Amino acid sequence: MAVSASLGTPRISMSRRVAARLRRNPGAWIGAVILLAFLTAAVFAPQIAPYDHTRQNILRRLQPPSEEHRLGTDELGRDILSRIIFGTRVSLQVGLISVSISGFFGTAFGLAAGYFRRLDNVIMRFMDILLAFPGILLAMAIVAALGPGLYNSMVAIGIWAIPVYARVTRGSVLGVKQTEYIEASRALGVSEFRIIFRHILPNIASPLIVLSTMRIATAILSAASLSFLGLGAQPPIADWGGMLSAGRMYVRDAPWVAVFPGMAITLTVLGFNLFGEALREALDPQVQKRN
Amino acid sequence: MERVSRVLRHIVQRLISLVPVVLGVSVTVFLILQLTPGDPARLLAGQVPDPQVLENIRRELGLDQPIHIQYWNFLVGAVQGDLGTSFRSGRPVIDEIRTRLPFTLELAVVGMAIALLVGVTAGVLAAYKRNTLYDLLTMIGSLIFVSMPGFWVALLLMLAFSLELRWLPASGRGGPLWTVDGWRHVLLPAVTLSLSSAAILARLTRASMVEVLNQDYIKTARAKGVPNVVVVFKHTLKNALIPVITLAGIQFGDMLANTAIIETVFAWPGISRVGVQAISSRDFPMVQGVVLFVAIVFVLVNMLVDLLYVFLDPRIKYD
Repeated sequence: MAVSASLGTPRISMSRRVAARLRRNPGAWIGAVILLAFLTAAVFAPQIAPYDHTRQNILRRLQPPSEEHRLGTDELGRDILSRIIFGTRVSLQVGLISVSISGFFGTAFGLAAGYFRRLDNVIMRFMDILLAFPGILLAMAIVAALGPGLYNSMVAIGIWAIPVYARVTRGSVLGVKQTEYIEASRALGVSEFRIIFRHILPNIASPLIVLSTMRIATAILSAASLSFLGLGAQPPIADWGGMLSAGRMYVRDAPWVAVFPGMAITLTVLGFNLFGEALREALDPQVQKRN
Repeated sequence: MERVSRVLRHIVQRLISLVPVVLGVSVTVFLILQLTPGDPARLLAGQVPDPQVLENIRRELGLDQPIHIQYWNFLVGAVQGDLGTSFRSGRPVIDEIRTRLPFTLELAVVGMAIALLVGVTAGVLAAYKRNTLYDLLTMIGSLIFVSMPGFWVALLLMLAFSLELRWLPASGRGGPLWTVDGWRHVLLPAVTLSLSSAAILARLTRASMVEVLNQDYIKTARAKGVPNVVVVFKHTLKNALIPVITLAGIQFGDMLANTAIIETVFAWPGISRVGVQAISSRDFPMVQGVVLFVAIVFVLVNMLVDLLYVFLDPRIKYD
């Protein structure tokens, strides 16, 4: 009880300090505004989108941007702006779900490896094997097994990042495990379960939050890449990677079909990267000092 | 002489340490595809297969054996250079890899060279001109490049340099790198491949340079009146590049994986494009072979980077 109470005060002032640092960082503001805009688009897509994003009109196919269709129409005459707005839902969903998968399992593995010495070697050698697959290759291999599709690509991207979380978590646990308050908790007879979830996890949350913000960006990019290769979301889902893939056939005569979805991906990923970077700087004062 | 034998011993130790990782990779690749729903024999036998035909195919592929025997056969075959036969083309997987892998490596190596040249130069200059407009623009630019999907950049570059300006070809491989046509063809895919790595390398180079510039021996050099250019390029660069080299190794792996996208967009005849097509057509032996090979190349590159690290940083001991 005494241990938790003593931990409470510094945590509040720390979050205030972080919020103050974030407020002073222009990158954080730009990132937050971008993310808020896309989040609004995702939540209110049916209200914001000017047209039904699935409605086809072959007579109005590949129309350039105009008053009627702000970002033009695609190869089936669908309104690109409406599809991009609905595509926000898919992208954010992919980012959040796949990061939740990797965050949950990766953190669990990392906690177990960092806290229980006898599990460390087995878990981390397995993680090393997963890390031996470069870039998106592991995700592609998993999709090869599960079959193409939006949900399978989320699972694949989720599994791919598990070792990254496991490594970060394990490293942080090893740092925190030796601190006096953990030793004190142990001496007081606090259960291991309580030590891990009540005392260690909250204290290693900062690097995990930063990692998650950055990984959402990577997950969105990777899902778009899988869709582009025909391994992710399948038509008629309004998915930015898939829109780009279809648009590349018409890149010469109707470049807007591929250009705008690409801009949407870049902006969203940039938003997460900017905010993640700002968060990292705010949580690690050393970074600011070095610059 | 003693130094040489220590280095050799270190190399042998590193090679031995690779064995469990490569074995683990092979088990993972094998298991991932074993867990696949559906029967590979059915894929080969066609729409409405005769049960006898199915049985024969299963026996021929060894699919009637227990899973550990199947893995053992796969492993023994792989060690002997037999990765099975492609369901799609009917050719041995290893032949396809032997023909196509050099093209993928060529693309990745040129991409890496561009990324290192552009990334390190931009990072060093940003650190040299720290807190100036150049520094700010380089860092903002690098964040934008990291955020752009490679296939989108590929389409934009293709649109600009192939379709509009007609300077460079939009697809295919022109020939070996010692020919003009070879370079004209490799340039667009390699630049696309290099962009995000160049951006990441630029950021790390800057951060690493700034870190070294804050160290005491640099402050001493400055106090002694050594000119800024000499301090940055002579005293700082070598030490700052050590972490950059490790990252370059990881980036090379990412590039190898990203060739799947770039080869598809630019119709580059590499192994990654074959891998993507194999995934779409559920050609499992080919997927297995390609994934295994790319992972092994990545592991070997990382080992080389580790060794290079030891040579570059005198503080690291061989044993």
